[in-house]
Amino acid sequence: MADRLFAGLMLVVAVAYAAVATKIQTSFLGDPVGPKLFPIGIATAAAIACLFIIFKPTADTTWPDLPTFARILVALAILITYTYLLKPLGFVIPTALVAGGLSFLIAGHVVRSALTGVGLAIGLYVVFRFLLGLSLLGFPKSWFGV
Amino acid sequence: MDTISLLMQGFDVALTPTNLMLAVAGCIIGTIVGALPGLGPSNGVALLIPLAFSMGLDATESLVLMTSVYYGAMYGGRISSILLNVPGDEPALMTTLDGYPMAKQGRAGDALVLSGVASFVGAFLATIGLMFLAPTLAQVAYLFGPAEYFALYLLAFSTLGGLASKSQAKAVLASCIGLGIAMIGLDNFSGMPRLTGGSMHLMDGVDFLVAIVGLFAITEVFVFIESHGKESSIGVTLNKITIPIKEILGSTVTMLRSTVIGFIAGILPGAGASLGSFLAYSAEKSIAKDKETFGTGNPKGVAAPEAGNNAAAGGALVPMLTLGVPGSGTTAVLLALLMTLNITPGPLLFEERPEVVWGLIAALLIANVMLLVLNVPLVKLFVKILMVPPRVLLPGVTMVSFVGIYSLSGSSFDLLLMIGFGVLGYVLRKLDIPTVPIILGILLGNHMEDSLRRAMVVSGGEWQYLFSSWIAIVLWIAAMVGFTAPLFLRNLIKKPTAHDH
Repeated sequence: MADRLFAGLMLVVAVAYAAVATKIQTSFLGDPVGPKLFPIGIATAAAIACLFIIFKPTADTTWPDLPTFARILVALAILITYTYLLKPLGFVIPTALVAGGLSFLIAGHVVRSALTGVGLAIGLYVVFRFLLGLSLLGFPKSWFGV
Repeated sequence: MDTISLLMQGFDVALTPTNLMLAVAGCIIGTIVGALPGLGPSNGVALLIPLAFSMGLDATESLVLMTSVYYGAMYGGRISSILLNVPGDEPALMTTLDGYPMAKQGRAGDALVLSGVASFVGAFLATIGLMFLAPTLAQVAYLFGPAEYFALYLLAFSTLGGLASKSQAKAVLASCIGLGIAMIGLDNFSGMPRLTGGSMHLMDGVDFLVAIVGLFAITEVFVFIESHGKESSIGVTLNKITIPIKEILGSTVTMLRSTVIGFIAGILPGAGASLGSFLAYSAEKSIAKDKETFGTGNPKGVAAPEAGNNAAAGGALVPMLTLGVPGSGTTAVLLALLMTLNITPGPLLFEERPEVVWGLIAALLIANVMLLVLNVPLVKLFVKILMVPPRVLLPGVTMVSFVGIYSLSGSSFDLLLMIGFGVLGYVLRKLDIPTVPIILGILLGNHMEDSLRRAMVVSGGEWQYLFSSWIAIVLWIAAMVGFTAPLFLRNLIKKPTAHDH
């Protein structure tokens, strides 16, 4: 069932992709193939593959139960938040929070997770900044009065 | 110049203190990455590429580091196969069949040493094979025009999805997703933006490193959270490590046979190390007099797949270096590394950058000796690392992938895109759709289109030109056979499932 759903979705994507591809501007320096044909060809192949999957789906997927699924969503939310915190807050603070959060999702132990988060944040910062020499901002810029 | 003097030049490059240090670091990291279940060679290399790039390593240095990680991971995969009955990476699956029973009988140390030696034999001989075969194949590659390259890319796609996936349609869909993503960005011929949806972020296309790290590392986060609680702990005891001379001598022929099988399987596009170890094990079992002891802790059943998969790892480098077409998922990631470094694989690489090629080969030979030392006398160190709890390991890996991508571009958009690929990878994993063809599509999509368009420019739009040389025809036929063969073979070759606890 999930097979069919995904293939159906991809079929819609393939059609939309082909529709967008027909609108690609061709330049006057034309080659016999042009910039449209290959993308349209890909979309066609994808659509055929999708139809095959829809008519002959293979395995039944076992999906995670609701609590596990919720945990995956929380992990996803944590990661997305992280991308927004990294620039304003520097590496160490968001990393401690995110690594601790992920650790809690896996093991479910508050104190250990907090320690893991702080430990990883500081440890990785030292490795990246000083051992590997990456230019990584460790803390919020405002802390340095910049 | 002959091979030996070129190799000597290679050793000059590889034996600099920096390169030696990188090789040691790569071997250690690789073995750890390989040993940890869930982190395979592709993940290891993918995670490190952005870091190596931000560290400002030059081409040879990055290659030395990454290929050491690659070989190291191939060695390390066996450790958790033997001790946990969980393959550290996919090619090590076959090693669980006899390795874990051996460990349960109290011969864990013997199994680890024997498989370490087998890995060395396979990898070392395959590197020598690479040394002689690659320059020859590079000469053949001179005969390749755009029509031949187009057929070659088609061959890579038609076989790569092949045995790895359960359905041809799914492999095709995965390839198309990758190729479709590759089209995003500026058109190489006309310079016009294509399929960017007007977004400035997408003008340069989707960075394949973002896709690779997302599909491999971030996907692993979600998969891991789902499977949490199911991870096993070491249930066997590891005694003092001694060298099981009898077993090693007894399986010398096995190792050599498996090396040849693995090496050939590695060269074939799309087959890779998993097939190498599978074929080596099956061949050994079918010619053995004591067939029934396979699966119950036969030392040959440990030596064969390890020699096979390590030889395949070396063989897979041949088409990657000479033709720019990777033979496996990990070599696809290594190809991404070459492209990031602005190195174009192919015959010209051997002519114009011999220091890169031969430095790499020399580094591989050195890495193998290092890995033998790390994986036989020092194997206990790595066994300890297997005990790092997942609640530390997984967040650590996640943070490394974020820093890698972030330090490359400094863009939050790329990080979000990486998470997006992680989600896509999770869904695909659940649906049994292979992700390696996606990577290959993103990597090769533009080259494939370019070769088609160039072929048509050369021929003035005559489609017959695509089939106008015998090389092209052979490649088209091979592509068709490669695509259809799994339909028949799939029922014959059933991968064994190795779980008895």
